[in-house]
Amino acid sequence: MMFSLHGYGPAIFEGTILTLEVSLTSLVLAMFFGICGALCKLSGTGPLRLIAQVYTTIIRGIPDLVLMLLIFFGGQVFINQMAPLLGYDQYIDINPFIAGISTIGFIFGAYMTETFRGAILAVNQGQLEAGTAYGMSRAMVFRRITLPQMVRHALPGFGNNWLVLVKTTALVSIIGLDDMVRKAGLAAGATRKPFTFYLVVAINYLLITTISVYILKQLERRYSVGVREV
Amino acid sequence: MDFSIIATNFPTYLEGLKNTVILVSISLVIGLLLALPLAILRNYGSALVQAPIRAFVYFFRGTPLLVQMFLIYYGMGQFEWVKESVLWYFFKEAYFCALFAFTLNTAAYTTEILRGAIKATPHGEIEAALAAGMSKLLMIRRIILPSAFRRALPAYSNEIIFMLHGSSLASVITIIDITGAARIINSRYYSPYEAFLTAAALYMTITFLIVFLVKKLELRWHAHLQPQSSQPAIEAPP
Repeated sequence: MMFSLHGYGPAIFEGTILTLEVSLTSLVLAMFFGICGALCKLSGTGPLRLIAQVYTTIIRGIPDLVLMLLIFFGGQVFINQMAPLLGYDQYIDINPFIAGISTIGFIFGAYMTETFRGAILAVNQGQLEAGTAYGMSRAMVFRRITLPQMVRHALPGFGNNWLVLVKTTALVSIIGLDDMVRKAGLAAGATRKPFTFYLVVAINYLLITTISVYILKQLERRYSVGVREV
Repeated sequence: MDFSIIATNFPTYLEGLKNTVILVSISLVIGLLLALPLAILRNYGSALVQAPIRAFVYFFRGTPLLVQMFLIYYGMGQFEWVKESVLWYFFKEAYFCALFAFTLNTAAYTTEILRGAIKATPHGEIEAALAAGMSKLLMIRRIILPSAFRRALPAYSNEIIFMLHGSSLASVITIIDITGAARIINSRYYSPYEAFLTAAALYMTITFLIVFLVKKLELRWHAHLQPQSSQPAIEAPP
């Protein structure tokens, strides 16, 4: 029987939970980097714009895996060079979870930067001026006028980024994190049924993306309530 | 940081560069050749033909490339009939498996890109072709595909870069591509910065080269969309 999981079902399930944890934490990080990046790109200060530009250009030029290995192995060396200077003399292992989410968050922050930048620009300029005319501070204009309206413009790009992000989390298995890809690898090694287990993992990814697409559609509808369809 | 390690080991990186370029270019070419008929059938085929293409695209776009590669490289050995057939001659090679996975993956993405581009053909052009008495095949060849390729170019250039970056996964199944070279240098000298920064620089160079070439191609293909003033004026004969 091809679809007997030989008792490895719970292990794969644990892996799936970890995949979701990695995805969601990286997403939060990516949104943080994305908002910062977008505000930098749109700011009037030259150096900030330059930093954001360099950030998005570099990320688009380097493969995710190379960046992840650089942060994982490089971070390890860096921390262990720095620790003795701070009077700490034990060897520190870098946590693959931290390395994984920071890499993925950092990478997708660059993509989010572009998405958010476009969304902010799409908000009607007149409304921002009206807000200022009412005596709102810049932070309040952002919170009350820009933010609620940019969501609608950001959602399609945001959704795409999320779908790619979920698939990118498969890379954390390479730096030793027990996500569902690695769990499947372990199960495959023990049972000699690699095709079965990797197929189960593939179906899990399809489930996650299909459900995400459904939720994103609902959200898009909700945030477009006041918009007239052409 | 000590970049003399890189200088002495540069042949390893060159070997990696060669493998990356071969893997990416072969899979892109075969992927595009597969995607073209698939995209046409996906638009004009019967529902029965469309369903399997849709399933193929859905599977390969919805799952990570890493899992697809593992399914082929580790997964094929699970089936006795594969192991006993001539297929095993290919599937036991990591290089072939990586190439196979990359090709199917890029074929799926390219099918979707071309499908969208074909679908966006202006109605007027199709009506004009029909009015001129073209057969469906002639219309696809002369009217739909040339303009669809133009529309697809920006998205396809992203796909090329995506494939270049995705090819770094080949290093996971023992292939020495650019990333594989960096991993060897890192484990031999324990010098992650030098090893991976060199790889990153190589990838970045190729990425920008691709972007530059596509921009040139775009200018050529979209010459008819340029504003008149930017085109060289034709001198009137004296």
